Amino acid sequence: MDFFTLVQILDATVRLAIPLLLACLAGLFSERAGIFDIGLEGKMLAAAFFSAAIASITGSVWIGLLAGIAASLFLSGVHGLASITFRGNQLISGVAINFLAAGMTVLIAQSWFSQGGRTPSLSGAERFNPIDFPGALTTTNEVKAASPLMQVYSELLSGHSLLVYVALLTVPMTWWLLYRTRFGLRLRAVGENPAAVDTAGVSVVGLRYAAVGICGILCGIAGAYLSTALQAGFVKDMSAGRGFIALAALIFAKWRPWHALYATFLFGLFQALELRPDVIEAVIGMKVQGQFLGALPYIMTVVILAGFVGKAIPPRAGGEPYVKER
Amino acid sequence: MDVMPKWAEVVLVPLISLLLAAILSGLVILAIGEDPIAALKLMIDGALGSTYGWGYTLYYATNFMFTGLAVSVAFHARLFNIGGEGQAMLGGLGVALACLFIPWPHWSLGLLGAIVLAGAFGAVWAAVPAYLQAKRGSHIVITTIMFNFIAAAVLNYMLVNVLRPKGAMDPATARFPEAVHLPSLHDILAPIGISFSKAAPANVSLLVAIIACVLVWLLIWRTKLGYEIRAYGHSESAAKYAGISPVKITMIAMIISGALAGMMAINNVMGEAERLVLNATEGAGFIGIAVALMGRSHPLGVFIAAILFGFLYQGGAELALWTSIPRELIVVIQALVILFTGALDNMVRMPLERIFLALRKEGN
Repeated sequence: MDFFTLVQILDATVRLAIPLLLACLAGLFSERAGIFDIGLEGKMLAAAFFSAAIASITGSVWIGLLAGIAASLFLSGVHGLASITFRGNQLISGVAINFLAAGMTVLIAQSWFSQGGRTPSLSGAERFNPIDFPGALTTTNEVKAASPLMQVYSELLSGHSLLVYVALLTVPMTWWLLYRTRFGLRLRAVGENPAAVDTAGVSVVGLRYAAVGICGILCGIAGAYLSTALQAGFVKDMSAGRGFIALAALIFAKWRPWHALYATFLFGLFQALELRPDVIEAVIGMKVQGQFLGALPYIMTVVILAGFVGKAIPPRAGGEPYVKER
Repeated sequence: MDVMPKWAEVVLVPLISLLLAAILSGLVILAIGEDPIAALKLMIDGALGSTYGWGYTLYYATNFMFTGLAVSVAFHARLFNIGGEGQAMLGGLGVALACLFIPWPHWSLGLLGAIVLAGAFGAVWAAVPAYLQAKRGSHIVITTIMFNFIAAAVLNYMLVNVLRPKGAMDPATARFPEAVHLPSLHDILAPIGISFSKAAPANVSLLVAIIACVLVWLLIWRTKLGYEIRAYGHSESAAKYAGISPVKITMIAMIISGALAGMMAINNVMGEAERLVLNATEGAGFIGIAVALMGRSHPLGVFIAAILFGFLYQGGAELALWTSIPRELIVVIQALVILFTGALDNMVRMPLERIFLALRKEGN
């Protein structure tokens, strides 16, 4: 394997890890506040559809992004209503949201566009297009002939859409918000011991809704990235289990922002390698089944969760509705 | 403290939830520019208007009875088994192995063998998450979700690389031998003079599913083990104090649950397709969640809910055939049923409880 192939694979890793990262951080806010969210997948899917659909109709990807976030926030609101206000089962609510998104996106896509559950292909201002850094080479042949440093600059660092850089910025922002602000302290506390937060006179319900709301916004961006940056349009079930891989990454990262970055990039690498079986064969000298690589994030999550490699302890009040004592 | 009488708890709450889900579904159909009343008529006609329609409705219902019972048994132990889909996939693998590699002399023996192998495969696939929950403290919901994906990868590998006949292009096993062809409802009902559609896939597995409903009822409400499962589900600490082992109950409840989900394969793999294909389960494992919630985890409720969902499935297929409403409408209805009967249960219950309290005060 030459250096350029490595750079190419890392480039694909970044592209594929970004939706996982955004969804993972979304889950992090929600679960740190004590609300389990297995509806990440559904929220991403809904956002992917509405971003692409509205971008296609209005011709502006920015309006599309807002629509995607709005759709995701709506589902977050449903989840909040079920799990915070009506103290229902958070897991069941998440399952319902996943199915709601899976069904509604196809239903609306068919009704609006009649193209078998997809949106028209997006182009130009309807998409988040790659941003080329100054001096970066753009064609593959030019990059291949350039020096290693230039290859990294042109292929790996430059040429991603705006959302990639935004997603990478959300990691330090999440860290700062959670560990360096009063809101973050309270948010973490409400996931560990809501009664204590309540005693201190801070609204448990308000904090949890805020966390679920942030989760919705991040899932919305993740979905918009899928349909307007990674691909050019919405196709049925395009989130393809990414919400669950993000959930796996969240456990792998033990609910910490920087570790979420590492975990999602590791899982992104697996996805990138799944697309390049020739490279794996060349490097380790034997064939690895594609199905195995695809299942690796799930297998690793099971192993991590079982505590064979360090212990993953979720926020203590996670999944429990808070009932005020009288 | 029981605020509501039992009939309200068992009948009124699910009915109102269901009504809310139905109203919203109707609004969804309206929103995409179709007529909900006409759609409902078409669904009833297509699913219940002929023995052909009934044959499909009952075929789907058979799948949902198995997966619905699977989720219910786990619910009684307060375990949420989202892994029905993966367990049913593995069950399909068990059925395929039983039918392809054992020369059964008669279908009835083949069916027994397939039930055992399908159940065993499903049970093993549920036992691992159960063990990890009971012994290592990993959350069963996350593990069973992961096991769904791993099951899909295993099945994909087995079909593409191992079980696919030489020269065949599509990832599927060879056709099962004629000896394990299960009698359809047409074959069963013909000798007693009832004519039933020959083309519909409903088969003898329906009877197995009904027997499974009865057995689960006996297990949960008429045996010591069932009592222990329910006790553990109501209060883990009380159950522990009474000498019930959490590890044992978690393992047994999940093994039974996984076996039931796996057994679904005798219907869809052995009874209908007569070969194992990718995505043979078609999401039936997840519909089990809606069925169990709607049926309040009671076998009779599961039976009724499964037939209702069978009707929705077949009716939805008819809609997709004759109108521009895609099949995904069923997924939306399924989501709304899960939402209202599961997650938003309190939204219906709280106002009802208030009404009953007010009525009781007046009565005194």
